[in-house]
Amino acid sequence: MSFNIEVLRSQFPILSRKVNGQPLIYFDNGATAQKPQVMIDALNNYYSFQNANIHRGVHSLSQEATTAFEAARTKAQAYFNAAKSEEIIFTKGTTDSINLLAGSFGRTFLNEGDEVIISTMEHHSNIVPWQMICDERKAKLRIAPINEKGELLLDELKAMVNEKTKLISIVHISNALGTINPIQEIIDFAHAHDVLVAVDGAQSVPHMKIDVQAWDCDFFVFSAHKMFGPTGIGMLYGKEHLLNKMPPYQGGGDMIKTVTFEKTTYNELPHKFEAGTPNIAAGVALSATFDFLNELDWEAIHQHETELLAYATAELKKIEGLRIIGEAANKASVISFLVDGTHPFDVGVILDQMGIAVRTGHHCTQPLMDWFKIPGTIRASFAIYNTKEEVDKMIVALNRAIKMLR
Amino acid sequence: MTIKERQDEIIDEFSIFSDWMDKYEYIISLGKELPIIDESKKTEDNIIKGCQSQVWLDGQLVDGKIVFTADSDAIITKGIIALLIRVVSDQTPDEILKNELYFIDQIGLKEHLSPTRSNGLVSMVKKMKLLALGYKAKTEN
Repeated sequence: MSFNIEVLRSQFPILSRKVNGQPLIYFDNGATAQKPQVMIDALNNYYSFQNANIHRGVHSLSQEATTAFEAARTKAQAYFNAAKSEEIIFTKGTTDSINLLAGSFGRTFLNEGDEVIISTMEHHSNIVPWQMICDERKAKLRIAPINEKGELLLDELKAMVNEKTKLISIVHISNALGTINPIQEIIDFAHAHDVLVAVDGAQSVPHMKIDVQAWDCDFFVFSAHKMFGPTGIGMLYGKEHLLNKMPPYQGGGDMIKTVTFEKTTYNELPHKFEAGTPNIAAGVALSATFDFLNELDWEAIHQHETELLAYATAELKKIEGLRIIGEAANKASVISFLVDGTHPFDVGVILDQMGIAVRTGHHCTQPLMDWFKIPGTIRASFAIYNTKEEVDKMIVALNRAIKMLR
Repeated sequence: MTIKERQDEIIDEFSIFSDWMDKYEYIISLGKELPIIDESKKTEDNIIKGCQSQVWLDGQLVDGKIVFTADSDAIITKGIIALLIRVVSDQTPDEILKNELYFIDQIGLKEHLSPTRSNGLVSMVKKMKLLALGYKAKTEN
């Protein structure tokens, strides 16, 4: 499919609405991406004509719903190139996936004195679950440092790896800075030292296709809503032999084989990690989202987003007193910035009045903001459907806001 | 003036603004004019941490009335604080406790007092009422 921005935009109904009387300019894609019509239709269709509980139902409707839901798993396997569909565990989202991983992996693989490495630029979701499990297991959480540009100091991370290191859990693309971390190099180094690697792909999935087998990562997590899919569903990918060694994280329906009051035996992968009725509607809508994603020309998107990032960066730098936070050589289309003499919150409020949605604050990365010694930033995060014209409008609005606030 | 009268006066003032820019420019100017809280009052006890901006609030009982001073790191938040102080400061604890603050809604700034904005203002209003309750209990004992 050739890359036609107008055709692409027309598939997202929300992009034609107005906010505060102005055409919406949506630059908060890092928080959640907008939804294509095919995904919305699938959600609507599921509740209208397919709704039934899945897996053990004998009746036709239940079987139909099961097929529709399980199609998402098969498509996820193909999309991320997992070896088996059993390696795809559905969760509520990235946060839920990391909690599952930390809880289940931690209780199996972490013992007193063991170490887990994360980085300074992690989202709270990839900090707090590890703090909790390390505390419980008397393990040590270590933090790989970054430089002023917001780049990971790879040599320092490598130097932290020792015989006690069990896992490196690291973000692929920083939500606050846009930095793209050298995941392949980290995985290759870690595996050479018998260390496992979990990759937080929450910010990667809207910008590129990930191949988990090419990376050879041990775990990979993401949220569907950040890649144009529904809220309430995400994934934990894990290598089968690792997932098989990990105990269930939650108990309940669907995850069991037999239950007696004396002893319960657990279901096989992936169901042993999916207790209770899952978000069936979201699964069905995610399946439609994969169809949408499979039609995209990712090379053309990469080029489009790279141009957008370069253009916006150059235009923003023309504004006096504007400082970009996060200037890594390898960046996704996310720009965090501060403007001298203004507070991010105030800028966000004024931009909103002009129909422009950006995010302000600490972006759930308080340790990172502390590292930069700033309270937060203004963040414009672009997606496949954003345009240079929208960037131009943001620059005009930004200049107006600065004039009002200074 | 009572709290109600002060609120109605502000609503009246805001009725002349025809567009959002005038309104926000006025709020920003109020924020710039707000007398800054005494540095010694910017204590851990007086800070209200919002996700987006933070607020410092101090209230002292003077001749049976509470005098509030406050500050924020964000100027729009500060402007709205200036309005809140104009309404609530220099009133008796009883007056403060029995009155609802409806003017924010009426001047079209409702979203700034919503818990989801997390700019510290909702907690600030709560704290104003708590301080009033504390002083009321003290004066009645």
